[in-house]
Amino acid sequence: MRSLLQSLDLEGRPVGPVPEIPAEDERRLFRHMLRMRLLDQRMLSLQRQGRIGFYGTATGEEAAVTGSAYAARPTDWVFPALRQMGVSLWRGTSIRDIVCQLIGNRGDVLIGRQMPCHFSDRNVHTVAWSSVIGTQLVHAMGAAWAARLSRHDTVCLGYLGDGASSSADFHAAANFAGVFQLPVVFFCQNNQWAISVPLEGQTASESIAVKAMAYGFPGVRVDGNDLLAVVGASREAIDRARAGGGPTLIEAVTFRMGGHSSSDDPTRYRPQEQVAEWERRDPITRFRAYLTAAGRLTDQDVEHWTQELNDEVSVAVAEAEALGPPPIESLFADVYHTMPRHLEEQMRYAIAMGEGAKVEGAFPL
Amino acid sequence: MPSMTMVQAIQDALRVALREDPRVVVLGEDVGKNGGVFRVTEGLQAEFGAERVADTPLAENGIVGGAIGMALYGLKPVAEIQFVDFIYPAFDQIVSELAKMRWRSAGQYGCPVVVRAPYGGGIKGGLYHSQSPEAYFCHTAGLTVVIPSTPADAKGLLLSALEGEDPVIFLEPKRLYRTTKEEVPEGRHRVPIARARTARAGTHCTVLAYGAMVPVSVEAAGTAEARGWSIEVIDLRTLVPLDVETVLASVRKTGRVVIVHEAPRTCGYGAELAALIAEQALTSLQAPVLRVTGYDTPFPYTLEHAYLPDAGRIVRALEHAMSY
Repeated sequence: MRSLLQSLDLEGRPVGPVPEIPAEDERRLFRHMLRMRLLDQRMLSLQRQGRIGFYGTATGEEAAVTGSAYAARPTDWVFPALRQMGVSLWRGTSIRDIVCQLIGNRGDVLIGRQMPCHFSDRNVHTVAWSSVIGTQLVHAMGAAWAARLSRHDTVCLGYLGDGASSSADFHAAANFAGVFQLPVVFFCQNNQWAISVPLEGQTASESIAVKAMAYGFPGVRVDGNDLLAVVGASREAIDRARAGGGPTLIEAVTFRMGGHSSSDDPTRYRPQEQVAEWERRDPITRFRAYLTAAGRLTDQDVEHWTQELNDEVSVAVAEAEALGPPPIESLFADVYHTMPRHLEEQMRYAIAMGEGAKVEGAFPL
Repeated sequence: MPSMTMVQAIQDALRVALREDPRVVVLGEDVGKNGGVFRVTEGLQAEFGAERVADTPLAENGIVGGAIGMALYGLKPVAEIQFVDFIYPAFDQIVSELAKMRWRSAGQYGCPVVVRAPYGGGIKGGLYHSQSPEAYFCHTAGLTVVIPSTPADAKGLLLSALEGEDPVIFLEPKRLYRTTKEEVPEGRHRVPIARARTARAGTHCTVLAYGAMVPVSVEAAGTAEARGWSIEVIDLRTLVPLDVETVLASVRKTGRVVIVHEAPRTCGYGAELAALIAEQALTSLQAPVLRVTGYDTPFPYTLEHAYLPDAGRIVRALEHAMSY
């Protein structure tokens, strides 16, 4: 299964089925991809200046993130991984909340407990995830199972990268989802590289989508840099899941334009020609060309939005940087619903000891 | 009050929970039609349907991970691991995900999953049907670790676990599944988590035990009585959070401690108890804190009774403690 669903060619000309999207939504979708790109640029720059500790961009993958997020209902549940902060943003999380999380300050929804980019926001049904690869997929499967038991029409989206398709939890999640025909969509952003290991080092399958066949449900391979194709494929899968038709594995073929994160140098392990080739397929450029040709977007729009979004980020950074670290007692809350006595004792001790020495250095990955 | 074995009492707890709380679901390998390999869930699928008592594919990470997803969504899953020896494929889900969900989401998402698993030796189960891995879970912040030793406690602790908001590792001493019957209160019987029980009162030495080692310790205490020694046996019931007050009160009273568990010695739960006593009750001690445990070897098939602490080994430890 190597065929690829496409709506637009590299120049943004329709070459396949174009999903029905209201014109105003198309503009919002474009603006959102731009918002992700600008946020990533600014945050990576903050990381380089030492103002945040770590960052993983979704640059090059904006269409995959945005298109799949758009196809879901706000009531659907999302089980993200490293590059899906854009899903939360699409669903209403503020840039300020994101920046506070990246800094890990007292304004952070997660009160500094997780590394940057490990964001979750219950208000928009995005679930907390760990850095362990693929583990969220069984949760997506289980939540979909619970939704069906509860007679809700919720669909769960489990995001993964190409690397996670090798994990035991991917296999268990897909297998259970197939056996019980659960309302879950596994959305794989195959960005060709899992840190330094290319796709062919991850699987001998002819694609990731083909794996779905073994689990007894459809797998589709879509051009992940083609926003319209991603919306079309995601809609079809989500609608089918909601109607009781069971799971789908979507392989969105895309590319990680940057490093795995701020901590690695991709020039050490991958050829520059490959990056240049994928630059030609940039999802934002392509959708912009489509909208411009259709007369629904102007250069002035893009200029105006760029200014507006950069200002939004600047304000958020200024506000977030003004906030101090979380109080020491926050370390001890939420380990359990009700704090047991041994933690109360450790908390009293920690408060008495104060914050201790400031730690210097950077996360070494 | 009906008289029940531990298997019956646990089944009764599950039946009460399934009946009274629509959020409760049971999932695991062979728990449905077959009623579990130990028959703990026998008849539950017939009564509550295959949706709420579900046979799963054979993958522990899928069972626990799926249960986590269910709990996130608002259900109260009881995940059965057929033998705790098979829990390691789910270890990452338990340690990295289940235990940390509430904390890492800053309280946005709770994860009230009860993971039930038979543990321990004494049934000729060999290496992979006999182990006692409780210390791994005790070492993980966010987990509650419960090990009952009587039918009534098993029911009451399981119902309390299911009423809680946090994940519970509920280890069942399979060796005691059918050895004794006792009266078990009907309906919603509760035994509080984090509260130890004095299984036998005494004044000269304290034995700290849990699970299958409780009746063995009580037997040893009976033997020691013939020598004029009054031995107190504390059944910990919950390892995390530990009932520190009950443990320390007993130690301060007796001044001597023998800790018994069938898990291997090194970094076993007994080490934590010994350290706690050393830190907080050293001046009450009249003898070294002693441990009677499984050996630091894998669990044997033929020699399992040499491996498992028995009353004789505990009495030898009591003799040593009383020699000071």
